[in-house]
Amino acid sequence: MALTTPAVEPVLGRRDFVKVCSAAAAAVGLPAWAGEKMAEKVAQGKKPSVVWLHFQECTGCTESLLRTSHPDVGALVLDLVSLDYHETLHAAAGHQIEASLDAAVERGGYVLVVEGAIPLAEGGIYCQIGGKNAVDILKRVAEKAAAVVAIGSCASWGGVPSADPNPTGATGAPTVLAGKTVVTLPGCPANPYNLLGTVLQFATFGTLPALDGKGRPTFAYARVIHEDCPRRPHFDAGRFASLYGDEGHRNGWCLYKLGCKGPQTHANCSLLSFCEVPGAWPIGVGHPCVGCTEQGVAFTVPLHTTVPIDKPTAPMAYPGITAERGHVSAVATGVAGVVVGAAAGAGYAASRRLARSEAQEKQED
Amino acid sequence: MTSRARPVGGKLLSPSVQIMIALLGFATIAAAARFVKGLGATTSMNDGFPWGIWIAFDVVVGTALASGGYAMALLVYVFNKGRYHPLVRPALVTSFLGYSMAGIAVAFDLGRFWNLWRVPLFFWEWNGASVLLEVALCMFAYTLVLAIEISPAVLERWDADGAGRRADFARRWLPRLERALPFIVALGLVLPTMHQSSLGSLLLVAETKLHPLWHTGLLPLLFLLTAFGMGYAILFFEAIFSSHAFDRPLETRLFARLGAFVAGVLVAFLAVRFSGLFAAGRLGLTVRSGGYSFFFWAETLLLAAAAFLFLQQGVRASAAAQLQAALLALAGGTLYRIDAFLTAYRPGQGWVYFPSYFEILITLGIVATETVAYVYLVRKFPVLAGVTETRTKPVPAAVGQGVAS
Amino acid sequence: MARISRRAALKTFAAAGAAAACVPEAADARVERKPSPEDHGLLVDAVRCVGCRACVTSCREANGKAPDVQVVNGAAYDAPIDLNAQTLTVIKRWEEGKDAGYVKAQCMHCVHPACVSVCMLGALHKGAGGVVEYDVAKCVGCRYCQVACPFNVPKFEWAKALPRIVKCELCRHRYAEGKGPACAEVCPRDAVTSGKRGELLAEARRRIEARPEAYQARIYGETDGGGTNVLYLSPVPFGALGLPALGEEPAPALSETIQHGIYQGFVAPIALFGALSIVTWRNRRSAEHAPAAGEEESR
Repeated sequence: MALTTPAVEPVLGRRDFVKVCSAAAAAVGLPAWAGEKMAEKVAQGKKPSVVWLHFQECTGCTESLLRTSHPDVGALVLDLVSLDYHETLHAAAGHQIEASLDAAVERGGYVLVVEGAIPLAEGGIYCQIGGKNAVDILKRVAEKAAAVVAIGSCASWGGVPSADPNPTGATGAPTVLAGKTVVTLPGCPANPYNLLGTVLQFATFGTLPALDGKGRPTFAYARVIHEDCPRRPHFDAGRFASLYGDEGHRNGWCLYKLGCKGPQTHANCSLLSFCEVPGAWPIGVGHPCVGCTEQGVAFTVPLHTTVPIDKPTAPMAYPGITAERGHVSAVATGVAGVVVGAAAGAGYAASRRLARSEAQEKQED
Repeated sequence: MTSRARPVGGKLLSPSVQIMIALLGFATIAAAARFVKGLGATTSMNDGFPWGIWIAFDVVVGTALASGGYAMALLVYVFNKGRYHPLVRPALVTSFLGYSMAGIAVAFDLGRFWNLWRVPLFFWEWNGASVLLEVALCMFAYTLVLAIEISPAVLERWDADGAGRRADFARRWLPRLERALPFIVALGLVLPTMHQSSLGSLLLVAETKLHPLWHTGLLPLLFLLTAFGMGYAILFFEAIFSSHAFDRPLETRLFARLGAFVAGVLVAFLAVRFSGLFAAGRLGLTVRSGGYSFFFWAETLLLAAAAFLFLQQGVRASAAAQLQAALLALAGGTLYRIDAFLTAYRPGQGWVYFPSYFEILITLGIVATETVAYVYLVRKFPVLAGVTETRTKPVPAAVGQGVAS
Repeated sequence: MARISRRAALKTFAAAGAAAACVPEAADARVERKPSPEDHGLLVDAVRCVGCRACVTSCREANGKAPDVQVVNGAAYDAPIDLNAQTLTVIKRWEEGKDAGYVKAQCMHCVHPACVSVCMLGALHKGAGGVVEYDVAKCVGCRYCQVACPFNVPKFEWAKALPRIVKCELCRHRYAEGKGPACAEVCPRDAVTSGKRGELLAEARRRIEARPEAYQARIYGETDGGGTNVLYLSPVPFGALGLPALGEEPAPALSETIQHGIYQGFVAPIALFGALSIVTWRNRRSAEHAPAAGEEESR
């Protein structure tokens, strides 16, 4: 592969390179000129320095990043960024790579990407690299970082390692780095374009994308899966698959009844395909969304349990100009009848008594 | 000659009063629920029927039933029928209780009750076009006037206590009240004239919602007349109750003449109503409106029957017939007012309303409170007086019990 | 004695009655409000509306109202059946014979509103640009506005222990940011247009002229109910859209005429008070001087 090519000569020609940058920019909702600007900056040798830390994880986020084709892994690692530390991708190992990390930390100003949860139980001894606890490494490296991005659900909020009973005290980077802005890109794995977009925007403009309260970029996480689901018309029409392989399932109906977590899961899976493969996501292949991005849903709510609809929007059913409203309680009607009847009865009885006694008096007279 | 009023005395906690107090207890719990959970959870009121029985019955009908003081004051002080004077004080007491309870019902009904204090005080914010503002201010002022009008009952008792600061206070203020009486009485007549008619005016604005058999520019006059009719009718109860309490004879003859006057009021109501419908060309609606026609004729026949029975009193006086006539007049007036505010009110858009049992319970609680307070007042304070000292026929004890219970 | 005083009473009443009768002619105090072409308003075009409900959603966002979740087809949706405590505008489906379509409902912002006329302390009032505004601090929650409004617009927060009235205020809280009503901003077909009343009327006439076969030849709200600042165009008679037939008088005209007629300057009540005071005072004096008067009457 291109790893032998001298770094001064780009793998791609300039035109291809602008194309790659524009594709990355477009993927995350930036205008096309942003791609050109990125390409310019990179051509000037101002490649963003990236330090990538692995903790409690499966390396799934790295693996999915390596499977993007626009840009491919070679262009990404050699042309777009200056990857100064990455345990999976670096040729070096042992003291050599740790020295490279030390050098990067000394320089500072890099983008720190965190992959994996950080164990805090018993002083953080459950994950060590080069004899150091993960939590200490993270705190040291984050201090000099220009921006911190937590990729994947593990780094964002704990992910699988934090599932009950969580013996290692696995925790997300935002909690460990409380007080620091941490961009979180939850997902299992996270969509690599969400990372690329964030990193390239930072490298080009020096800014971070707009974030929500949990540090998630709103360009990717503002809406729930349910709102942009390709199967949504079936939901609106009340057509649900009830069993895997039943008629509804074969016809591509809504998977809500099978436990789809789409209504509560903030992510852009349906809008931005993983690694440019259309339909390469759970709902696309006939499985309900598992809610992998959402803390409190993924690895917590059983797979086939249905969830409440958080953001209901209207179906194609409209109220008429008038509707039946208000209610009449049968009990209240009965009570009112008894009260009115009693009043009328008492009045009648009193006047009868009066009449009778008058008659008696007359006779006595 | 008339006798002076004196406390009736006797046991306070009779079985019927105990039932009333139990009812009051339940209603208090219901009231607490209303304030904690809000109106939607406890009542059947809705955006189509924003006013339920708390307004239609407790306030609109309740104050008409409490118009006895108004009707009596007009008769005694303006038309100078001094022989009815002993009935004035009990009538004023029931009026005061009725208006106070209507005030409490309003507090239950208001969504933002904590802002109510602004209404009488923030005069620079008053909206002169608002009929409800006039009703609210008049009712508030009238309740104060009624309190002043019945205060001699309390002061006389303090006076009778003998020495002490309260007795001194009473002796200083009783003559002053006596001197100011004409003005207080006049105020006590103007205020109900204003707000009883304005209760009808409240509905003028709802022209698209109120059925055309009820909606007319004459609503204020019609409501004023029903207030008179019901105010006088309720006096027959006062009289029967009072004669029972004192074991005094019923002045059937005296009331026969009053009955003729009430009949006049009721006939005037019917005449005004029908001429209004005739002028508007709506007489045909009285038979073509389905259920609304039924309620219209129910009101009309109840009031016409009452007027007929009252008129008959001029020929042959009978206490039972008077009571029946009064009951019919009250039923007719009550039905008219409830119909105008609820039955004939058609907000459209599919809305329906029937009071929830919470609303009924609180209404019953308010009626119970009123009754218990009345029994307490007449037993402890000089409110009731016998109509006359000349003994004619004794009232049968059973009747008094029937009415009092 | 009693007879004399009764005559006196009747005389005084006659005087008071005459005074009261003169009053309405002396000054008709009912404030006339005329439509102004400069008022803020909306033009709702039921011919153009496709029922996408973008206005309902954007209204919720602009006014911070939670979705009104209803179960439709066995699933939960934001599907209000009418205006309510959390819905300031709603899209309804109308049907008239074979025709059917959609129409938006919201406050009509009447030129002379019934809700403003009846509000005790002016919690509902006409604000700048003719907007019918709500000031929660002055509201006692009597709900008379709900009784009075011929369009059933003001809604009450029944579900809350500390409720308020809720209604469209033409997004007046957004004016400072230079924005108009959110519903008009997002409408994809100009079925809701915001603007000044005069301009909206001109635009409405232009649309009717351009396609007379598609429109009723009338603009609802131009004169209806004394004029409204929200104007409607329709392909079918306006009754089918749920708009009441109101005539040209403002809804509160009758009640204000009668109320102001009776209470103009408080002359009639004061005259009545004076008359009653005199009569009562005289009667008492005569009763004191001749205690047998009552007896004589009741013979």
